[in-house]
Amino acid sequence: MKKTQVQTIVNGRPVEFLCEPRQSLLEVLRDNLSLTGTKEGCNDGNCGACTVEMDGRIVPSCLVLGVEAEGAQIVTIEGIALGSGLHEVQKAFLEGAALQCGVCTPGFIVATKALLEQNPNPTEHEIRFWLANNLCRCTGYDKIVRSVQAAACRLQEEAPA
Amino acid sequence: MSTAMFGSGIRRREDPRLITGAASYTDDLTLPGMLHAAMLRSPHAHARIGAIDASRAKSARGVVAVYTSADTEGALQPSPCAWLLPDSDLKIAEYPCLAKDTVRYVGEIVAVVVAESRYQAYDALELIDVDYDPLPAAIDLEQAGGPDAPRLHAEIEGNQAFHWTVSGGDVDAAFANADVIVKERILQQRLIPTAMETRSAVASYTRASGELTLWNTTQNPHIVRFLCSLVTGVPEDRLRVVAPEVGGGFGSKIAVYPADFVTVFCAMKLGSPVKWTETRSENYQATTHGRNHVQDVELAATNDGRITGIRATVRAGMGAYLSTAAPGIPTILHGLMLSGVYDIPAIHEEVYGLYTNETPVEAYRGAGRPEATFMLERLVDVLADKLDMDPAEVRRKNFIPKFDDGHDVATGLTYDSGDYEQALDKLLRHADYAGLRAEQEEARQQGRYPGIGLSTYVEICGLGPSQVAGAIGFQGGLWESAIVRFHPSGKVHVFIGASPHGQGEETTFAQIVAAELGVSPEDVKVVHGDTDNTPMGWGTYGSRTTAVGGAALALTARKIREKCKVIAAHLLEAAVEDMEYEDGNFFVKGSPDNGKTIQDIALMANVSWNMPEGVESGLEASTFYDPPNFVFPYGAHLALVEVDAETGQVELKRYIALDDCGPQINPTIVAGQVHGGVVQGIGQALWEEAVYDEDGQLLSGSMLDYALPRADKLPEIEVLSTVTPSPHHPLGVKGIGEAGTIASTAAVYNAVMDALKPLNAPAVDMPFTPERVWRAIQKGKGN
Ligand code: FES
Ligand code: FES
Repeated sequence: MKKTQVQTIVNGRPVEFLCEPRQSLLEVLRDNLSLTGTKEGCNDGNCGACTVEMDGRIVPSCLVLGVEAEGAQIVTIEGIALGSGLHEVQKAFLEGAALQCGVCTPGFIVATKALLEQNPNPTEHEIRFWLANNLCRCTGYDKIVRSVQAAACRLQEEAPA
Repeated sequence: MSTAMFGSGIRRREDPRLITGAASYTDDLTLPGMLHAAMLRSPHAHARIGAIDASRAKSARGVVAVYTSADTEGALQPSPCAWLLPDSDLKIAEYPCLAKDTVRYVGEIVAVVVAESRYQAYDALELIDVDYDPLPAAIDLEQAGGPDAPRLHAEIEGNQAFHWTVSGGDVDAAFANADVIVKERILQQRLIPTAMETRSAVASYTRASGELTLWNTTQNPHIVRFLCSLVTGVPEDRLRVVAPEVGGGFGSKIAVYPADFVTVFCAMKLGSPVKWTETRSENYQATTHGRNHVQDVELAATNDGRITGIRATVRAGMGAYLSTAAPGIPTILHGLMLSGVYDIPAIHEEVYGLYTNETPVEAYRGAGRPEATFMLERLVDVLADKLDMDPAEVRRKNFIPKFDDGHDVATGLTYDSGDYEQALDKLLRHADYAGLRAEQEEARQQGRYPGIGLSTYVEICGLGPSQVAGAIGFQGGLWESAIVRFHPSGKVHVFIGASPHGQGEETTFAQIVAAELGVSPEDVKVVHGDTDNTPMGWGTYGSRTTAVGGAALALTARKIREKCKVIAAHLLEAAVEDMEYEDGNFFVKGSPDNGKTIQDIALMANVSWNMPEGVESGLEASTFYDPPNFVFPYGAHLALVEVDAETGQVELKRYIALDDCGPQINPTIVAGQVHGGVVQGIGQALWEEAVYDEDGQLLSGSMLDYALPRADKLPEIEVLSTVTPSPHHPLGVKGIGEAGTIASTAAVYNAVMDALKPLNAPAVDMPFTPERVWRAIQKGKGN
């Protein structure tokens, strides 16, 4: 199949790749760019493991074509940590033991970051609804919800008044 | 400081790599020159295979090879069943890695394509022409053993894989003399484990040396090495199995699978590394399922609520072939637990394992024990209802009284320790049970339908003495091993045979070593999952890794401590008997300030300049720990639900879990295991079901159709505990990985039935979909 050349920005770095028109962004990230932190859980938009940020919105990368990334800004789990260290959401997940096997975790962290950017002080109800598209089979979600609450506090403390 | 390490909820050391996307799971691996395999799977539940024409596929772009069973003849042995249940008339049907002349479930592998890319491999699947001659399928578990059912395997009559019985006490007398008898038919629906990481294998073969490395999503790499060697003929010493990061298993990554052996075959045949990763729909079709029982059970009791006997017949669906450990699940791990937390003098159960044209069934979190707990806990509630007693009261009346060093039950097991009444009391106090009942009364007056459900359980885990493994036909040992190695700089390497996959034992094991040796857990590295650099171990299932592997590790650390004491005595010119130890410091009694630290001793042992007579250089020890008995964690759970009588919708309002797994090494990790386990059990009660149609097509074949628990449908899970050490375990610990699942399905089920009580609704089969509940409510109304 003929390949298309795509130029995009991933985790702040300009990248170029060749992909088949049918390849998903998830496949491109994992197979062409070796960014394997983003996971495939279902490949049909039902689990959220493949969640990445694209132009400021979160998307299931299994439902986005690689060619759609042309000119876009993509952030994956590998780009969440800041130069100076972990993102507050990552720190909160670490402290709150919000993960077990870790396969769902990149998706949860990307989704949580987006939630808190939109809604810095979500209720438990709002957190649970926002994260209802992300499946976790290990944790029963309890510690994830607590960690999102903790991340919200951390970010608010950090934010300039 | 260090002894405080035991019992502290320190952060998991696994997590930094997992939260940054840096961890490497099997599918994340890419090897130079790696090819990709895709499996052609049967679209029929039962069919004869005629001609297979792969010529178009073979000439497709990028395709390197296509193989069918004719190619693997002689090179691959059948996929083995390794639990040879004795005294059960066990009939093991041959499970070829690639189907020979018949396919017996949708998803069975018929051919494999190897290509340069994954897309090319999957594209080529569509170019293979297979002539299928469809046959009638045996799907319904209640019919599958009958005379008219289609037969799966020519030589196996009545599709019966085994017939197993457990008996203790005089059941006939118990029922003849009973004041009351209650009966239920319970359907334990088929479940799909759904580890978030699907299964994957990467095989790399070096022809020159005959060495094979297999990276595999497995809970037990050493078992994979053992069985893969038998199936592929690669000698065990040339076979390295690596379980890298493994993304959950819940039992579905215990078995060895045809697809993995086929991947190995391709790599050997082609001399290039081959990767195979299943899609989610393949995972649902072909990775093992769980549960699937039809249970007919009855309880005999006195008028005041004393249970005098239990009698049950269980038909257990095994799927089309017997998976690796399958025969032991609905029998040993189920029937032997039928006394539960109760003193029941007479028990009898018959289990019929039946072949059906469905995906093979294996262990799924709890594995046999949730099905046993459910039977008992449901029947206890039915009995309470019949006698108009409170369900908590009936439980209390029948509990085995507190014991701390062994209690025999009618099924032949000896439980280790327990105080079941204390657990229930603490739970009910925390929940304000009387208050909940009063609120329920009030709500009912207002036309609302809340329900309260209890489940009290004991489970068997920490599998188990190897001698027992042999007696029950398990084709392996059940010990675990550990090596502890002190480096000259005082850092510690731990090598374990067990292979955790999300449970956090890199952390808890470091805590055990830290507590035993007075080092910082930061200085302890735990290595697992690679058969080339870890000692043999039998794997992570049956909540056994901390219980059995942790014991091996603690005993190894104690050996190190003993050796250190001898060296310290020598260095301090004192008698060994005069030495004392505290938190990593060895000193002569009364002078702790003039001691030698364990790091000093590690350096000396490694350089070996001045060692006592007859003491070997180095500081390293190992242990193979074979437990003297199983461990028996227990607990009491409470679920609070509310049913909307208009729509049949069930809302889970509150969930409280009290579990006793003995002393907790890391309470944060324990709570996480409880949360996850509880939610999986809730999933069975409320949402999950693998549905096949009568032709054997899997209708719930994607995450869109198979309803998994999601964050918005769940309340906080409240976690409580009591601490009853196991008398026979070096650390007193029991297991916790499956406890939540074992208890929670029954608690939620009982809560919903309690809610429906004023509506006179008949029993509902799980899961409680709104439609089923609504229909039951209509029936209760006489509609
Ligand atoms: S892999 Fe994209 S949503 Fe599951
Ligand atoms: S941590 Fe395993 S799926 Fe979420």
